[in-house]
Amino acid sequence: MASESITTSGYIKHHLQNLTFGEKHVESASGVWTSTGELGFAESAQEASQMGFWAINVDTMVMSLVLGGLMMWFFRRVAKSISSGVPTPAQNFAEMIIEFINDTVRGSFSGGKNDLVAPLGLTIFVWIFLMNLMDLIPVDFIPVLVAQGASLAFGVDPHHVYFKVVPTTDPNAPLGMALVVFALMLYYSFKVKGTGGFLAELSLEPFGKFALPINIVLETVTLLAKPFSLGLRLFGNMYAGEMVFILIATMYSASLVLGSVAALLQVGWAIFHILIITLQAFIFMVLTIVYMDMAHQRH
Amino acid sequence: MNINATLIGQAIAFLIFIGFCMKYVWPPIIQALDERKKKIADGLAAAERGKHEQELAEKRAQQVIHEAKEQANDIITQAQRRGNEIVDESKDNARIEGERILNSAQAEIKQEANRARDELRAQVGSVAIAGAAKILSREIDDKAHTDLLQELVGRI
Repeated sequence: MASESITTSGYIKHHLQNLTFGEKHVESASGVWTSTGELGFAESAQEASQMGFWAINVDTMVMSLVLGGLMMWFFRRVAKSISSGVPTPAQNFAEMIIEFINDTVRGSFSGGKNDLVAPLGLTIFVWIFLMNLMDLIPVDFIPVLVAQGASLAFGVDPHHVYFKVVPTTDPNAPLGMALVVFALMLYYSFKVKGTGGFLAELSLEPFGKFALPINIVLETVTLLAKPFSLGLRLFGNMYAGEMVFILIATMYSASLVLGSVAALLQVGWAIFHILIITLQAFIFMVLTIVYMDMAHQRH
Repeated sequence: MNINATLIGQAIAFLIFIGFCMKYVWPPIIQALDERKKKIADGLAAAERGKHEQELAEKRAQQVIHEAKEQANDIITQAQRRGNEIVDESKDNARIEGERILNSAQAEIKQEANRARDELRAQVGSVAIAGAAKILSREIDDKAHTDLLQELVGRI
C-alpha cells in the first residue's frame, strides 16, 4: 500500500498489475492512446494493455528466473558433490524429491526409455512449487520493498511501480510452460507414431473413418484443450488464492477488530494454501507425464 | 494480466531449465541413487552370507569342541589304565623283588647254617677226639684213629 488515500479497489488493482516493460504509450485524448516510441515501464494498467504483445512482465521474469536459478543451483551443487555413500542433509533432501518424481514417472509413464520425462517432471514440480510458494509471503512485503527501492534509486513515483510476486498468477508463466509441454507432446507424437500415425489418430477416432470430419474436430479440440487446461488450471488456482490473500490484506486497514480477524484468516488460508501450491505443482507434473505417455502410445 | 512476450520468455526459460536439469542434474543424482541401491543390496547379501558362514563356523566349532572332549576323555581313560598298569607292575616288581630278597636271605641263612654246622662238625670231631684222648690217654694213638673219627664226624 503506497498511500493512505488509496481505495480498496485501487489497492486490489494495484496488486493485480504486473510490472510491464515495453513501448511507452500516453493517453492523448480520452480513450485514445498513442505510442511515444520510447521504451519504459507502464505506469498504469491501461498503458500496460496498450503495449500489446511485445511487452514483457519484468516481475514475472525476474521472480521465475531467480527461483529457477535457485533450484538449478541447489540441484547442481548436490549433483556435483554426490556420493553413493552416506548422504549429506542437502543430498538427502534432493534425493527425496528425485526419488519421489522418479517413482511418479515410473508409475505413469510407460513409453519405454526416455531421458527427458523425468528431468522434465523434476523441473516442473520444483519450479512451480517455488513460484507458488511466493504466494505465502505476505502480499505487500516485496511490492513495497521494490516500489520504495525504485523510488529511492530512480526517483520514480512508488504509486506507479507495480510488482506481482507470484509468477504463476501471471497467465504468461503457466501458459508458457504449457506451450512447451504442448510442443514436446507434438514432437513425440510425430516421432513415435510417425506423421501418418498421428494424423490417423486425429482423424479416425473415436467414430471410425466414416465420421472423419467429426473425428477431426473432436480430436483437435481434445488436443488443444490439453495445454490450455494445463496452464489455466494452475493460473486459475494461484490467481484465486492470491486474490483471497489480497482481500484479506484489505481488511487490515478497515478496523482493529477486522484486522485481528484478518490475521487469523491469513494464517488459516496460508496453511490451507500450502496444500494447494504443492498440489498444483504435483498436478501440473503428473498431467505432463501423462500427456507425454499418451504421445508415446501407439495404436 | 495481459498475454505478452513474457509467454515466450517463460517458455525459453523453461526449456533452458529442462535442458540443464536433463544434462547436469538428473543423470549424476540418479546414478548415485542406483549405485547406493546396488551397494545396499550387496551389503545385505554379504550380511546374509556372513550369517550363514557364522552358523557354519559355530557348527564346526561345536564339532571341534566335541572331538576335543572325546579325545580328552580317551586320554584320561588311557592315563588311568596306564596308571593302574604301572601300579600293578610296581606291585609285581615289589613282590618279585621281595621274594628275591627273601630267597637270597634264606639262602644266606642256609649257607650260614651249613657253615656253622661244618664248623661245629669240625669242632665236634676235635672235641670228641680230645675227649676220647683224655679218656683213652695212652691206648689210643692220635694219628691212627683220626681217620676213623673223621668218618664218624662226616656222618653227623
